[in-house]
Amino acid sequence: MSIDLPLVFAALMGAAVLAYVVLDGYDLGVGMLMPAATSGEQDVMVSSIGPFWDANETWLVLGVGLLLVAFPAAHGVVLTALYLPVTAMLIGLMLRGVAFEFRVKAEGWHRELWNWLFWAGSFLAAAAQGYMLGAYITGFETGFGYFLFSMLVAGGLCGGYVLLGGAWLILRTEGVLQKKAIGWTRWGLLWVALGVALVSIATPLASEPVRDTWFDFPRTAALMLLPLASALAWLWIWRSTGRLKRGDSVPEWAPFAGAVTVYVLAFAGLAYSLFPYVVMDRITIWEAAAPPSSLKVVLIGALVVLPFIIAYTVFSYHVFRGKASAKLYDH
Amino acid sequence: MESDPLLLARIQFGLNIAFHILFPSITIALAWILVYFRIRYARTGSETWLAAYRLWTKIFALSFAMGVVSGIVMSFQFGTNWPGFMENVGNIAGPLLAYEVLTAFFLEATFLGVMLFGMSRVPGWVHVSSTVLVAIGTSLSAFWILALNSWMQTPTGHGIVDGHLIALDWWQVVFNPSFPYRFTHMMIASGLTAAFVVAGLSAWRLLRAAGDPAAKVALRTGVLVAAVLAPLQIVVGDLHGLNTLEHQPAKVAAIEGLWETAHGAPLVLFAVPNVREKRNDFSIEIPKGASLILRHDADAEIRGLNAFEPDVPPVAPVFFAFRVMVGMGMLMVLLSWYGAWRMRKGVAPPRWLLWAFAGFTFSGWIATLAGWLVTEIGRQPWLVTGVLRTADAVGPVGAAQLGASLTGYILTYGLMLIAYMVVMTHLAGKGGASPEPQPAATERAIA
Repeated sequence: MSIDLPLVFAALMGAAVLAYVVLDGYDLGVGMLMPAATSGEQDVMVSSIGPFWDANETWLVLGVGLLLVAFPAAHGVVLTALYLPVTAMLIGLMLRGVAFEFRVKAEGWHRELWNWLFWAGSFLAAAAQGYMLGAYITGFETGFGYFLFSMLVAGGLCGGYVLLGGAWLILRTEGVLQKKAIGWTRWGLLWVALGVALVSIATPLASEPVRDTWFDFPRTAALMLLPLASALAWLWIWRSTGRLKRGDSVPEWAPFAGAVTVYVLAFAGLAYSLFPYVVMDRITIWEAAAPPSSLKVVLIGALVVLPFIIAYTVFSYHVFRGKASAKLYDH
Repeated sequence: MESDPLLLARIQFGLNIAFHILFPSITIALAWILVYFRIRYARTGSETWLAAYRLWTKIFALSFAMGVVSGIVMSFQFGTNWPGFMENVGNIAGPLLAYEVLTAFFLEATFLGVMLFGMSRVPGWVHVSSTVLVAIGTSLSAFWILALNSWMQTPTGHGIVDGHLIALDWWQVVFNPSFPYRFTHMMIASGLTAAFVVAGLSAWRLLRAAGDPAAKVALRTGVLVAAVLAPLQIVVGDLHGLNTLEHQPAKVAAIEGLWETAHGAPLVLFAVPNVREKRNDFSIEIPKGASLILRHDADAEIRGLNAFEPDVPPVAPVFFAFRVMVGMGMLMVLLSWYGAWRMRKGVAPPRWLLWAFAGFTFSGWIATLAGWLVTEIGRQPWLVTGVLRTADAVGPVGAAQLGASLTGYILTYGLMLIAYMVVMTHLAGKGGASPEPQPAATERAIA
C-alpha cells in the first residue's frame, strides 16, 4: 500500500496551522480588544481565554514542527526569508504569554505596564503573522510593492482576529461586556470584508502562479463557490450579531461558528492557490519532503496521539464551559 | 568591528537556550512537588497543605509561562539560525521534536488550564489527575529533548542511505550511550533546583512571618528533597563523567584541564588555563587524582587535549563552569544535610539558617547553567559529535539581521527576568494564606 506521504503531511501541517489560527486567533483578538474595555471587563476577558492560551499556541509549535519534520529543505528557506517577522512574532507571543501572569501578580505601575504589554504583544504577534502570510503567498519577493501587500495582509489578519475574539466574547460573556463584544465583532467584520476584498484583488496581481491557478477556466467557475460561501458566512455573522444586538433570540455560538467558517473557507482558498508548492513557485511538497522513513515514524505517532489530543482538548473546553467570570484568574 | 555571523548566531542560540532552561529546570520537578502538596491536602483536608498548594501553584504558573514562551522561541531557532542542522540530521531531530510536541506539549498545556483554574469545577480526583498529567507532560518533554541532545553528544543508531543521514534503529537513537546518564542527571538537577527554590522562598516568608504554617511545611519539603537528591546527584554526575570519558574524551580533557596525555594525571582543583602556551598557570592539583577518579587506577593513562587536535573545545569556559557546578553541588549537600539535621523532629530553624536557604534560592540555576555550559561547549567544535560541525550548520542570515534579533531578545529577556524576580520575591513574601473560594465539596471525600 503506497500512500503519498508528503501529501498527507502537507494536509496535516495545513490542519495544524488552521487550528492554530482559529484558536490563538480568538485569544490574540481578545488581547487586541483590551483597550476598548474597562478594568473589570478586562479581567473577565482575560478569564475567558486564560485556561486555553497555552494549548492554543501549541498548535503553532506543531505546525512549524511538521514543516521542520516533513519539509526540512523548505523549513530553512521559509524561516530564513521570514527572519525578522518571525522574531517580531516570537517577541509578541512571549510578552503576551507572560503578561497573563504578570498583570495579576504585579503591583502599581508594573500592573499597568503588563496590561499594556498584553495588548502590545497580542497586536505585534497578530500583525507579524499577517505580514508573514503576505510574504509567504508572494514567494518572499522583495520590493516596496510586496512590502505594502504584506502590510495589507497584516492589517487584514488583525481584523480577522478581532472578529474571532469578539465572537468568542459573545459566547463567553454576558451583560454590558457582551453588548460591547457584539459591536466589536461587527467592526471586525467590516474590517475583514475590506481586508479580504483588497487581498483578493492584490494576490493575483502580486503573484503570477496564483493568477494562473485562479483564472484557469472552467475550474474558475467551481472556484467561485469559495468567495460565494464566504460572503454568505459573512452575511450570517452580520445578521446574527444584528439580531443579538436587538435582543432577538439567536444562538450565541452563531457568530463564532460563522467566523470559523470564514476562516476555513479562506484557508481552503489559500491551500488551493498554493498547492503543490511549499515555497511558492520554487519548491513543491515532494521536492522538499524528508525521506519516507522519517515521515512514517512521525505519522504513526501522530495518528496514535492526535485522537487523545483532540479528546482532552474537548474535555478542557467542557470544563470551562459557560460564561467567564473575573474571579477565575485570581489564582 | 566586523561582526562574525557564526559567533552572533551562537551567542543568540546560547542566550535563548540558557534563558529557556531556567524555567523548566524549576517546573519539571515543581510539578511533582505540587502533586505531593495536592495529595497531602486530599488526604488530610488540612488548610495548611491547601495554602501551600495554592501559593506554589501561582509560582508554578508564572515559571511555566516563562518556560512555554521561551520554548516557542526555541522551536523556531533551528529554522531561523541553524538550517544546516535540519538539513543534515533532520531525519533524527525532526521525529524526536515531533514526538515531544505531540506527546508532551499538548498534554501539559491542556491540563495546566484544568490544574490552575479548574479546582472548583471538577471532582477532586480529576483535579489531582490533572496535576499529575502536567507533571508527566513536563517529564516527557525532558525525556524527548534529552534524547535528542544526548544523540547529538553520542550519536548511534543512524546510517547514511542515498546520501541522507537517517535512523536505522530508533531504539539505539533514543537510548544512545549517554542518554540514561544525562536524563537522570537533568531530572535530579531539576529536583534540586525546585527544592532550593521552594526552601529558599519559604525561608524568606518565615523570616517575615515566623509562624506561617504553609511556609513551614514547604520549607521542610524543600530541605528534605534537597538532602536526598544532592548526594545522589554527585553519584550520578560521577557515573556521567565516566561515560563521557568513554565517548567524548576531548570534553573530559578540557574539563580536567589536561593539555598533554599523561599517566597518573593530576586532579586540577583550580588553575588559570593558558590557551596560548597550552598549560595551566597557578595550578593547585592533587597528583594522580584524575587517573584515580576517572580510571580507578592511579597510573592509568588519560588522553590530553593534544591527542584531539585540532578538534578541541574552548578550554577555559569548560574548565571553570565544571568547577562552579561541582562547587555548588557540594555546598548544596552541606546546606541541605545541615538543614535536615537541624530541623529534625520539627524544630524551628534559627534565623541565620533561614537566611542561608534564602540566599541559596537560585543555587540550582547556577549549577544547572554551569553544567549545560560544560556539556555543550565541551562538545565543540561538533554540533553532532563526529558527524556535523557547528560552523557547517549555521544559516545565511547576515550580521545586521542577527544583531537586530539578538538585541530584541536581550531586551525582552532582560525585562522578563527582572519582572519575574520582582514578582517571585513579592509572592513569596506574601505567603499563601490569602482567602480563596473553597474547592468543590466532593474534594474531601477522596481517600
